[in-house]
Amino acid sequence: MEKPKISVHKFSSCDGCQVQILSLEEELLQLADRVDIAFFAEATSRMNPGPYDVSFVEGSVSTPHEIERIQHVRDISKVVVSIGACGQSGGLQALRNWGDLTYYLNDFYTEPEHIDALPQSTAFHDHIDVDWEVPGCPPDQGQLKYVINSLLSGAKPNLPSEAVCLQCKRDGNVCVLVSQEQPCMGPITRTGCGALCPHQERDCYGCFGPQGGGNIDALGRRFNGAGLTPTDVVSRLRLIYSWAEPFREASRRWEQGAQGAPLPPQPHKHGGMRS
Amino acid sequence: MSERKIEVPVLARVEGEGALHVKIRDGQVEDLRLRIFEPPRFFETFLQQRDWWEIPDITSRICGICPVAYQLSSSQAIEAAFGAVLTPEIRALRRLYYCGEWIESHALHIHLLAAPDFFGFPDAMSLAKSHPAEVRRGLHLQGLGNDLVKMFGGRAVNPVGARPGGFYRAPSYSEVRAMLERFRAAQDDAAELIAWTAKFNFPDIQRDAPRVSLRHHSEYPMAQGNILASTGLEIDVADFEHHYREFQVPHSTALHAHLDGKPYWVGPLPRLNNNLDRLPDATAHLLEKTGIRFPSNNPFHSAVARAVEIHIAIEEAIRILAAYLKQPLPKPYVNIVPKEGEGAGCTEAPRGLLWHRYRFNAEGKVVKAVITPPTSQNQAHMENDLRQSVLESLDLDDGALQAHLEAGVRNYDPCISCSTHFLKTTIDRGD
Repeated sequence: MEKPKISVHKFSSCDGCQVQILSLEEELLQLADRVDIAFFAEATSRMNPGPYDVSFVEGSVSTPHEIERIQHVRDISKVVVSIGACGQSGGLQALRNWGDLTYYLNDFYTEPEHIDALPQSTAFHDHIDVDWEVPGCPPDQGQLKYVINSLLSGAKPNLPSEAVCLQCKRDGNVCVLVSQEQPCMGPITRTGCGALCPHQERDCYGCFGPQGGGNIDALGRRFNGAGLTPTDVVSRLRLIYSWAEPFREASRRWEQGAQGAPLPPQPHKHGGMRS
Repeated sequence: MSERKIEVPVLARVEGEGALHVKIRDGQVEDLRLRIFEPPRFFETFLQQRDWWEIPDITSRICGICPVAYQLSSSQAIEAAFGAVLTPEIRALRRLYYCGEWIESHALHIHLLAAPDFFGFPDAMSLAKSHPAEVRRGLHLQGLGNDLVKMFGGRAVNPVGARPGGFYRAPSYSEVRAMLERFRAAQDDAAELIAWTAKFNFPDIQRDAPRVSLRHHSEYPMAQGNILASTGLEIDVADFEHHYREFQVPHSTALHAHLDGKPYWVGPLPRLNNNLDRLPDATAHLLEKTGIRFPSNNPFHSAVARAVEIHIAIEEAIRILAAYLKQPLPKPYVNIVPKEGEGAGCTEAPRGLLWHRYRFNAEGKVVKAVITPPTSQNQAHMENDLRQSVLESLDLDDGALQAHLEAGVRNYDPCISCSTHFLKTTIDRGD
């Protein structure tokens, strides 16, 4: 049987999603045995123009040419998998969507007429039908391998969309929000990273994007109760996934002011070390 | 009159996206442009109004290959602006963290991007069929570097543990002990890697340009030191903009840079050339045994320089890990008190000098950010190098010339994402 043809395409990004594939070590060689890597510019000079069975796309759509490119990739691919935060939401560079492109161009370039950029940095699903999305900045290597293996064996990948807090609790971390009043984004952030930030004794900053059913305003009120201003809450929501709808809309509400009374810390019932 | 034209849509095995356009007429290079048209991402502008403590989490996203470099150059600039001074223990941890990124980035470049050129393969996966032990050794070294970064930041791409003033968490003794054991076991691999790269079939070319790197009074430079040019100019990091200038060229979204009006060269080879007297003894001995004379102006020797720096990083990591086990667990960061002001920071990213400057208001929010990545600094020199390569290789057929030029670009390990940019090669000989 002929090996499935896969391709990897980069759009506006830092390249980190591709590095996650290039850092699979021994498994990268195993992957190359199981599939035909038909196009992956960063890894190989062989450039098969397609069609492909599975195309992985990373980065955001931020120029007119990138709209044409992603439509072409869709046309020549049976399955399109978007990997990473940029492809899923426009990414960190979507922070410019909140401002005015002219200001951005003039702030940085002396001759902005040579620069071709769309007014907004957007997700692939805003331009084409995407079959699967792998979240994260960067996506987790375990999740990437799971999705690749699922697709190769003809199964549908199913990535969890619960809050990262569940993983964090199972790992036995002390909650940095409850115990240290750090503005941890965990309760509204999708799982998948392995709860890395609390493991490093700091607050999550939401780099896997919004979880399936988080109460963003309640967390905003809790941050408010911990001393953050509504402007600070907006800033928490507008980082890696600022243009993902739940964070985008909540940040617009908080821009208008606090969404309800602040929620102060709960007194510790059993005292504990802080009492 | 004779003209030639070759076109290649995408240059492979570089990080990010750009194009090379070459037009040759009557045996002369009429036009040569390294076109970088990766879309701009406007980091310096959207950093404005962000809080000082968010900066390393943002700048790490400029480059997925060297996030540590971005975190550390920006942290250093923040510390300079606020007058924070690190403890020797935290400095040592930073150097250790940086060793991880040098090892993984250099191992990735040598094996996955550059080595296939010297063996006539399209990629490392094909090279692994004929040289399985060498490729596996390289991937293991890459993994070791990644794991050291993970010890500090949970993951190797956009790690989360670094903060202005140090780290959020100090590594535990058990993590450090396990890491030390693995690093000691990798010393022979690193030594063999130097010998292996030194035997690559290098084209014999010479490129003359001022070599620019950090220079430290006692160490091989990573995250500390002055900026030294081989012209003799040695300056404080804060004075960079007085001598080095960035400017826009129409064919590129990345800016170009000059030193006192001329192209210059940054990266592992200039760094090694400028700091041959700062090598650990074991590394100096291995370099001597290669038979290649340094300082070298052959850009293809960058591959050897990367192997040498992997060895340095392993030796340094062993030293720092062993010392860590003999001291009490350090407080992982110094407190930062924001104030109005400005500060510059500069460290050696795997691919060369990475310079940052920030101005803050009294609340510690960014008023202005300036980031000068290594690739934009190298771009003018890279174009000069390639122009000379075309003239030296006019009798090659189009395919061979193109391959030679592409390999020539790879020597610089351009990180095109960094400078926000796609390499597409066009050779137009006009006939």
